[in-house]
Amino acid sequence: MILNRRRFIGTGIATGALLSAATVWGQTKARVVVIGGGAGGATVARYLAKDSDGALDVTLIEANPIYTTCFFSNLYLGGFREFESLQHGYDNVSAGGVTVINDMATGVDRAAKTVTLAGGQVLAYDRLVLSPGIDFKDGSVPGWSVEAAEIMPHAYKAGPQTQLLKAQIESMPQGGTFAMVAPPNPYRCPPGPYERISMVAHMLKQKNPTAKILVLDPKDKYSKQALFEEGWAKHYDGMVSWVGPEFGGGAVEVRPDTMEVIVDGEAQKVDVCNVIPGQMAGKIAAIAGVTDESGWAPVHPDSMKAKADENVYVLGDSSAQGDMPKSAFSANSQAKVAAMSIRGELTGSRVFPAKYSNTCWSLIAPEDGVKVGASYEPTPEKIASVESFISATGEDAALRKATYEESLGWYAGITADIFG
Amino acid sequence: MGLRGLLPALALTAAAGVSPAAANDLGDKDRGSELFKRQCSACHQIGPEAKNRVGPVLTGLFGRRAASVKDFTYSKSMARMGSDGLTWTLETLDAYVENPKALVSGTRMNYRGMADPQARGALIAFLRDWSDKPQNIPESEPTARKTDPDLDPAILGIVGDPEYGAYLSSECSTCHQRDGSDQGIPSITQWPEEDFVVAMHAYKKKLRPHPVMQMMAGRLSNDEIAALAAYFATLE
Repeated sequence: MILNRRRFIGTGIATGALLSAATVWGQTKARVVVIGGGAGGATVARYLAKDSDGALDVTLIEANPIYTTCFFSNLYLGGFREFESLQHGYDNVSAGGVTVINDMATGVDRAAKTVTLAGGQVLAYDRLVLSPGIDFKDGSVPGWSVEAAEIMPHAYKAGPQTQLLKAQIESMPQGGTFAMVAPPNPYRCPPGPYERISMVAHMLKQKNPTAKILVLDPKDKYSKQALFEEGWAKHYDGMVSWVGPEFGGGAVEVRPDTMEVIVDGEAQKVDVCNVIPGQMAGKIAAIAGVTDESGWAPVHPDSMKAKADENVYVLGDSSAQGDMPKSAFSANSQAKVAAMSIRGELTGSRVFPAKYSNTCWSLIAPEDGVKVGASYEPTPEKIASVESFISATGEDAALRKATYEESLGWYAGITADIFG
Repeated sequence: MGLRGLLPALALTAAAGVSPAAANDLGDKDRGSELFKRQCSACHQIGPEAKNRVGPVLTGLFGRRAASVKDFTYSKSMARMGSDGLTWTLETLDAYVENPKALVSGTRMNYRGMADPQARGALIAFLRDWSDKPQNIPESEPTARKTDPDLDPAILGIVGDPEYGAYLSSECSTCHQRDGSDQGIPSITQWPEEDFVVAMHAYKKKLRPHPVMQMMAGRLSNDEIAALAAYFATLE
């Protein structure tokens, strides 16, 4: 069978020309504006440009010219990766036919179908894709504010915050205390806080072995809990104390000026305090008016289209879609479904049933990797889990090492898929 | 590569339908011994004095984790299968001897495979005789072959829809790099179409051990596997 892929795409466009008014008139190409250049946004922009073969005008708005991935940033904290290895530019996205604008989107007019940028530029769209990640809920942790993040970092959007947290851990006094205020559900990267605890413990074990780690958690259970608990006991015995809601982990107040955490009314002085607050969709989603009272943006499970507007799609962490965790893998998977749906609408290309998947790898200690994953399909109500797997406790060292190596391969693979 | 070319690969699944004549009668181990001499012994030794040569020692093979013989340097692909949990059982050995690369894509074993299920049964009976404690192998195992082949020739004859395959393939590229890099995750670039189809069915049947791939392949329909194969065949 000798079939040229280009010919298939060409056929798709020819069909599309009959369906898309913009193309028939020959005036302008249909325009897609994407806000947010992470795992959801950069992927959808690249796939739209690549698969439409020039039939769409695709613009990506991203504030940072160099993107730092939050996924794998815990490995930087643990000393397993250089900070620069988390950073990716947009040259290959541009080379793939996407117009990349490094600016901040500040307004969306859904009636006029325009996006306004901080620099004053106004962009018209036929379809808008919002993939702005997360923002933090005010008042989620009493005493903490975004300004206080310079003292008590969240390090949950990768960048200077991640570097600040690492510097603080490195300068902890011997025998000092690292505290984490863990987030309530739902939040970005469910195993992320606990992988971070593992990485901090690994680093302290080398440099500050009498240090203590205190996790204050509003949840009574968390992702991969049995695997983390097993790993902490095995590698960092006695170093990590986890305080769940039953013992005050859900009613924590912080005092950045005195470096105190108040648990169950009792103040405790700590040396580093990593506050990961409650989360909501990136602000532009609320500005666009596609979020609900939960703070997230409900979407149709079969397309990732916002329930509030048929011309707007929402991807990744910002979306409220059902069972998928908020992760880079999920955002990347959703982006491919959205790209297919948008191409179908604007160029008449074929639309196939949505399929989604996710896998999250976590590193517990050197060469001790674990993973959890699932496949998903749309139902009328939500994106629903179809099948899942998780690493088992007690796995042998060879499998854990292979899982870690696989995670490195995944990082290389997904960043190539996202950024080209 | 046309889909017609896939038909020989069918043997993997057709074999599943061949039941040994009697429950514990794996095959004729004397015939297996002859087959071993002619087809395997240039590279493999078996027996109490066996040593690693071009291939690893095959004494005590049943129940052994793939790529676990000390002091033998395995291919990256075999080592990966071993750490993923591939263990040599009647079923996995049968699939491997039949078409080595269908089970372990990058195996160094330079052997094209043994298509005849009776010959395989004989060879495997011989190999099993040299396992350390064959009595410890559950007696149910020799009959563990599936008797209902869930793939019939028509399934491998499905003409895939390459446009659908292009969409489905985007799920592969989250992990597998198109440039062929294979650190931690194997490359699937320029993989022969028939090997691809057989490998996907091997994951679907959980003969290959990896949980992510078992899940991914497990939910692909026969049409979807054919679509992916058709799409990959269009790539240069």
